[in-house]
Amino acid sequence: MRVPFSWLRDFAPFDGKPAEIAGVLDNLGLVVESIELVGEGLSDVVVGEVLGIDPIPGADRIRKVSVSTGGQPVEVVCGAWNFEVGDRVPLAQVGAVLPGGFEIARRKMKGVVSNGMLCSGRELGLSEDQQGILVLEGAPEAGTPLTEALGIEADAVFDIAVEANRPDAWSIAGVARDLAARLGLPFAIPEPRVAGVEGPSQVGGLASVEVVDFDLCPRFTARVLTGVSVGPSPSWLARRLVLAGMRPLNNVVDASNYVMLELGQPTHPYDLDKLEDGKLRVRAARPGEVIRTLDGVERHLGLKSVGPGDPLRDCVICDAHDVPVGIGGVMGGAGTEISDGTEKVLLEAAYFDPMAIARTSKRLGLRSEASARFERGCDIEGIDRASTRLIELLSTTAGGSFEVARGVIDEHGVLPKRRRLRVRVQRVNAVLGSELDGRAIEGYLEPIGFSCSVAEPGVLSVEVPSFRPDTSREIDVIEEVARHHGYANLPRRRLAVTQVGHLTRYQRERRLVAEVLAGLGAHQAWTPSLVSPRDHERARMSGPAVELANPLSPDESVLRLGLLPGMLKALAFNCDRRQADLRLFEIGKVFPPPDAERVAEALRRTGSTVVDERELLAAMFASGSDDATTAVRSWTTLAEALGIEGIEISQGEWGELHPGGAAGGSETGWALMAGLHPTRSGQLVVTSSSGRLPPGVPLGVVGEIDPEVLEAFGIAVDGQDQTRVGWLEIDMGLLLGAAERRRAVARPVSRFPSSDIDLAFVVDDKVPARSVEASLRSSGGEMLEDVWLFDVYRGSGIPAGARSLAYRLRFCAQDRTLTDEEVGLLRRSCIDAVVSAHEARLR
Amino acid sequence: MEGSVVEAESLLARCKSVADVNVVEAELIGKRSRLAEVNRELRGLPPDVRRERGRRLHEVRGRIESLLVARREELRAASRQTRLESDRIDLSEVMSFPLDRGGRPGGRMGPPAPARGHPGVVQRTRDELEDVFVGMGFIVVEGPEVETDWYNFEALNMPPAHPARGMWDTFYLRLGDPETVLLRTHTSPVQIRLMQAQRPPIYAVVPGRCYRRDTPDARHVPIFHQIEGLVIDRGISFSDLAGTIDAFTTAYFGEGIHARLRPAFFPFTEPSAEFEITCTICAGVGCRTCSQTGWIELGGCGMVDPAVLGAVGIDDEEWSGFAFGFGIDRCAQMRHGIPDMRVLLENDARFLRQL
Repeated sequence: MRVPFSWLRDFAPFDGKPAEIAGVLDNLGLVVESIELVGEGLSDVVVGEVLGIDPIPGADRIRKVSVSTGGQPVEVVCGAWNFEVGDRVPLAQVGAVLPGGFEIARRKMKGVVSNGMLCSGRELGLSEDQQGILVLEGAPEAGTPLTEALGIEADAVFDIAVEANRPDAWSIAGVARDLAARLGLPFAIPEPRVAGVEGPSQVGGLASVEVVDFDLCPRFTARVLTGVSVGPSPSWLARRLVLAGMRPLNNVVDASNYVMLELGQPTHPYDLDKLEDGKLRVRAARPGEVIRTLDGVERHLGLKSVGPGDPLRDCVICDAHDVPVGIGGVMGGAGTEISDGTEKVLLEAAYFDPMAIARTSKRLGLRSEASARFERGCDIEGIDRASTRLIELLSTTAGGSFEVARGVIDEHGVLPKRRRLRVRVQRVNAVLGSELDGRAIEGYLEPIGFSCSVAEPGVLSVEVPSFRPDTSREIDVIEEVARHHGYANLPRRRLAVTQVGHLTRYQRERRLVAEVLAGLGAHQAWTPSLVSPRDHERARMSGPAVELANPLSPDESVLRLGLLPGMLKALAFNCDRRQADLRLFEIGKVFPPPDAERVAEALRRTGSTVVDERELLAAMFASGSDDATTAVRSWTTLAEALGIEGIEISQGEWGELHPGGAAGGSETGWALMAGLHPTRSGQLVVTSSSGRLPPGVPLGVVGEIDPEVLEAFGIAVDGQDQTRVGWLEIDMGLLLGAAERRRAVARPVSRFPSSDIDLAFVVDDKVPARSVEASLRSSGGEMLEDVWLFDVYRGSGIPAGARSLAYRLRFCAQDRTLTDEEVGLLRRSCIDAVVSAHEARLR
Repeated sequence: MEGSVVEAESLLARCKSVADVNVVEAELIGKRSRLAEVNRELRGLPPDVRRERGRRLHEVRGRIESLLVARREELRAASRQTRLESDRIDLSEVMSFPLDRGGRPGGRMGPPAPARGHPGVVQRTRDELEDVFVGMGFIVVEGPEVETDWYNFEALNMPPAHPARGMWDTFYLRLGDPETVLLRTHTSPVQIRLMQAQRPPIYAVVPGRCYRRDTPDARHVPIFHQIEGLVIDRGISFSDLAGTIDAFTTAYFGEGIHARLRPAFFPFTEPSAEFEITCTICAGVGCRTCSQTGWIELGGCGMVDPAVLGAVGIDDEEWSGFAFGFGIDRCAQMRHGIPDMRVLLENDARFLRQL
């Protein structure tokens, strides 16, 4: 809300610099977002009378102007053409510093010395007009200070962000009340006076009001004004409106706006002659009813629900034919608005139910100055003052025959009463950590309109003023005490926490995962959790995703099913910038769609969640010669860092480790293998039965991204005939929470020398090397200290569809040096095991 | 015999390597050398002559041996010098070789070890914030990003159509009845879940991803990260809140950076405050970043509203507490001078590598 400092002074004798006042307002929670200084920088600007205008030889855009300021004429150079000899114009003299800090100096242009500058309205900060020089009306005397000629006082306008719990601060008077209380200044709202304008007629003979739905409109008052002559408002009033950010229209509408800004109570003037029989009827709109509002838009009422429990009741004001002429508390209709010919005015001043206004405003997507105030709660006791104030203003501006009909139409249902709250002194101090006594608390509350009395020792009885409908509980009053005591004046205490702060194992290990991936050369990415269905399709992720009801754009309209689409988009982004040579990883949630039952359970508020959100790790390897093997190596590094055991790669039909289930959906709830290279990828599945997960459960995938998917995302690396991108994606919850871990128990290291033997087998391509290794390990027994693959060979001497796998086995005993015979026996049994289990041949 | 010393000197002078010295050594004092022969002959000589010759022999041998040692040392030092010369490399060449661009320097540069990757700046900021609070005795709790209207709004003292809901533009999901399921607009629903699951005392921070239907600009993106704190215990007051915020501010942003609280409104806390910290750019003197005020707005906080405690069945006469929240991305932005938040979601390698 824009609050002119001068207007605040109507209510209390404020003094001091605008910046200091803004600081006080800030500390009251009336945060000043900006201060606009008005009329600043005009001190050296005077009225000049144009004496002569002469061309400058060789210049066709600027002219030499001779200006009188009462004494010796001044010569200036000017580029504007909108004035003539005899006009009065603003002259900024040499040395003047205009608003915005522009300093006027003596300058020479085309050989002519300019001793100042003629100014536009914009240059003076008085208007937006920059088309030409501001030509002053009324021939003010040359040499008069401009501020005097225009009646401008230096002023400051505070732009205040009013919080939702401060309905009172949606008015100049309300801001003044808070500010005066904090500064210890006397505050008063002058009682409006209507003297000598009461006419002979009775309001009842000119108008009538019927309120049908008091739940929507608990109080509706109307007065009738006659003999109105519609015209412009006086300049002081128009100027205040402009400073407060409103456009002056005519004296009637301006007075209504002025009162709303000043007191916070919206009113609405109707052209009474456009209302048949002067009748108004206030009721709930029928669903589908249509009205054209002041802004010329057709509004369909009572249709769209804005939330659970919305009764779809919009309040409308209707005419004698029960046709809506306005949306109560939101906006009037076009048919009864004040026009130049209006003579009689029906003045509405009412109270509308805040929740109803909030719903209607949201339903129609229509917020007005009035609805903003009504939905926060207006002062139900301030209605009469507002209409009287409006009449007071009009009595000086609406012409000589202006009259007010006697009496007020006042229709009301059950009105909210003033609240009385018990406020415990001890409670105030317990909440704030303060040591205030009852008198101090009273001292803060009384100046802002809360009247206090002692209910019993240590308990105050506090009456809440009608302009603070937000205050309904003891805690609300405590907040007022805190505000006026000053947050900065409350003590600060260091918390003594009894619990030991810690991260969970999952949280600690998640950090380790990030460290390991960074150590593998991957940068951590953050991709949007919102993607387009098209992204899922391109990544071959079929199946439904959770849809947004109100997406900002179709590109971000569903919740992601996996991290692949986002990561591919990130890679494509870098690819377009010739930096595809990259490794990336992300840890983020994915959102498998829930069934209806799960949603219903979550809506029961029992602590269950709507979606089985899964936190995944994804890593993408696109650097240099990265491919599926990089991804596998990264997985083994990660598993080693975490001490994870009992997880093997299962490549579909390739081997005995196949989990048996379909390669698509799985217990993890996300589409495993979607978008991956069919012959260069596999699932990471549990193989041991000693962990918390049964054998066969997949934890993730590892391998390479399907080349067609890369193409679909526009990823191609220059100079490579085939772009390969390694991929690793793991369910973090399963990995860290359920996978088997290496037992962290030290085994003694043998002090005796070990013996190495090399064995090479020719095995079918479809036999996983890892299962050959497993056979070697089980037949090697305790004496087999280690075994590793050191060569893979395909080519001459090896049949097609097979390869040679060469392993080195290291044998060692804890208690002795193994003899050649012993090693020979172990060698034999290892060979036999592999040959028989894998139809292998020793090479 | 004395001639051997002279001979040794000239032989050794011609040696070019330690191996040459070994050959010369064999020639001069080895088993088949003249000196060895002289030694063998000693046995047949009369004792006086033998003693005299023996002494001379010993002296000559000693002189030759020390010549050998000296020459060997000389040659070793020379060959080390040559080797070191040829080993010389310019380490700055390696420094300027762009390993992290996948450059694969050959030969002298060694194998292409991967340059270390960078953990995300948001992640790192989050970790640092968590660490400060863990040090202050808090635990770290996480919750779902897809929420129901009740957890996100209603239980936080915002009934349907409450005007305060307008503070958060919400993404709703097509699940359940219209506008019942949404993407959380803040981490605060986790407060509710936490209080449902655990009786007080509670000292927890809640980091996580949030969503608001805001058009992206330099300071806001629709997907962002927040960290929230919740304390519920007996006898907790606004003083504890102010002290905690200030302690955190100094611990995280450094000595000389403090917090101040000013009244604000949030439906789920009362009294509510927004907290500002000493401008980290100008240290409170006043600059463009802080609009000359010396302070930068960081987040919101307040005493947990009794209505919120009531929604989860906690007696607000026995227990009280405070909550606070602020943007992780905003902290990262401040700390690293990131001019535009939107770059965080682009994942441009040139940006990721910097932080």
